[in-house]
Amino acid sequence: MATVTLRNIRKKYGEVEVIKGVDLDVADREFVVFVGPSGCGKSTLLRMIAGLESITDGDLMIDGTKANDIGPADRGLAMVFQSYALYPHMTVADNMAFSLRLAGVSKEERMRKVTEAANVLHLGPLLERRPKELSGGQRQRVAIGRAIVRQPKVFLFDEPLSNLDAALRVQMRIELAKLHEKLEATMIYVTHDQIEAMTMADKIVVLQGGVVEQVGSPLELYHHPRNLFVAGFIGSPKMNLMPGRVIGRAEDGITVELANGIPFSVPVRGERVNPGDEVTVGIRPEHLSLSPDGEIAGTVLVTERLGGLTFLHIQVQGDVVMIVQADGDEAASMHDHVRLSVNPKGCHLFARDGQAVEHVNRHHLIEPGAAGRRSA
Amino acid sequence: MSSAKSGVLSFVLGWGAALLLFFPILWMLLTGFKTEVEAIATPPTLFFSPTMENYQAVFQRADYLSFAINSVVVSVVATALAILIAVPAAYVMAFFPTKRTRGTLLWMLSTKMMPPVGVLVPMYLLFRDFGLLDTLTGLVIIYTLMNLPIVIWMLYTFFKEVPPEILEAGRMDGARAKQEVTLLLLPLALPGIASTSLLSIILCWNEAFWSLNLSAHNAAPLTAFIASFSSPEGLFWAKLSAASTLAIAPILVFGWMSQRQLVRGLTFGAVK
Repeated sequence: MATVTLRNIRKKYGEVEVIKGVDLDVADREFVVFVGPSGCGKSTLLRMIAGLESITDGDLMIDGTKANDIGPADRGLAMVFQSYALYPHMTVADNMAFSLRLAGVSKEERMRKVTEAANVLHLGPLLERRPKELSGGQRQRVAIGRAIVRQPKVFLFDEPLSNLDAALRVQMRIELAKLHEKLEATMIYVTHDQIEAMTMADKIVVLQGGVVEQVGSPLELYHHPRNLFVAGFIGSPKMNLMPGRVIGRAEDGITVELANGIPFSVPVRGERVNPGDEVTVGIRPEHLSLSPDGEIAGTVLVTERLGGLTFLHIQVQGDVVMIVQADGDEAASMHDHVRLSVNPKGCHLFARDGQAVEHVNRHHLIEPGAAGRRSA
Repeated sequence: MSSAKSGVLSFVLGWGAALLLFFPILWMLLTGFKTEVEAIATPPTLFFSPTMENYQAVFQRADYLSFAINSVVVSVVATALAILIAVPAAYVMAFFPTKRTRGTLLWMLSTKMMPPVGVLVPMYLLFRDFGLLDTLTGLVIIYTLMNLPIVIWMLYTFFKEVPPEILEAGRMDGARAKQEVTLLLLPLALPGIASTSLLSIILCWNEAFWSLNLSAHNAAPLTAFIASFSSPEGLFWAKLSAASTLAIAPILVFGWMSQRQLVRGLTFGAVK
């Protein structure tokens, strides 16, 4: 069992507050991903959990014990760094056995554990090499192996895949997910890459400016973003955001009018907005389609053909550019005049303060009240 | 300019500078093997039959070995002591800087800008009152203090080259501060520590001001040995040269053997 609990955690450097009161519960065996733009405080928060940064205020509990004043060496956590941070003067085997050596574990036992971890990570033939003789991917494996050997309460990852090339990153992503399954360990993972967050996490924590914007399962964040920031941050390409105005309230939602004067109804609960309110309408690219009798007229600016999918950047009234996800066979090309039709079910509405207006129905893959796959 | 031309130019300049720097040492070496008359001849004689009489005279007059042992002991012990004190200081300054770290470093360096003669009298009185005059302990203390700022500065720069994540990884692996330093930092900064030690030994060896003022006979190092040939009976250039050659020979050989290490250490940060 290994849980991590953060209660109103704060970090100040002099007068500057970089973590502004974070509350979080990480359940046993959960894979939690901190995601956010650079400078949002996600790495600082991870380092505070690790004990590498002091905690200015608030409580950090590891397995129910307050850990604020416990040094990094005694927290029983393991960390994988972005730069791998292998010990350059030691062989792979010595790197992996370092923590055991410090703990006074016998040589045979050390060898046994290192071999065991090396087998999991296919590092067997590399054990006698030095870090500089390894490729980036191999170094990353050693760094993970060093963490596994410790049998830590919690694994901490600080952007571990950022230094790898794209193909290797995808491969390591899958291996990390498998490893999580196999080790049944609690993991906290920091990344700025929302694909990594979406694919690996049980629970995503979106941070911005030292504040948690939303915590939830990947699909929850995707389908029910709590505010404009999360809506814009999660999903690639980004959600289309357009100004609109509430013109009426119906039984199954709110009727809004976009800048071009076209009304349509969005299935959200209407308590928070009133007719006449300025709002922001969000539509993901897959909820827009080209159709001859669509509501919105526009001109194709750019087509990005990925093969299976095509992303069309379409300029609509005013200076608004909307991204549409179309089929790979879509024939529209640059400068074509097209019409877009909106799938209202996929629309999101954000009040003037940027907070989302709650949907009438929750996405069918999201269990009610569940934060993650395993924590339910 | 073509690269071949600039290559020739830097070759000529490099050798020119090297010869210019080495010439006084060469001249001293040659003078040591001349007779006293040849040594002061103008114009100097370029071709002469070398004589060992100066060296014989020098060995007869003074106990070279005891001076040399003093030099070795004082240089090595003072350097070891300075490194021992500087490692923790530089470690904290490099990896746990506060807003005063920069100022502290500059202040330490500023003490090197003060002419030592400015504190000679208080130092002398302190040494006298603590019974440190003409003792090896006294010289070790003053040399350690003298080199400490520069040793800390150099170690600080070398430690800054070690990625902090490596030490943090060690901390996560369960290393205490002492283990972090001895098992990770020191092995990684070894080239830097070696060149810092070399420099400190050389500075101690060549130091004359304090050794001449604070030692007389028992603790006198080789600088005092040279000086003893310059005054009492007038200037005997050939003997003085022979004594000087004897005094600098060990450190010259030592420096020459370790020059690769020394250069590597001094350019450690620059050529990365």
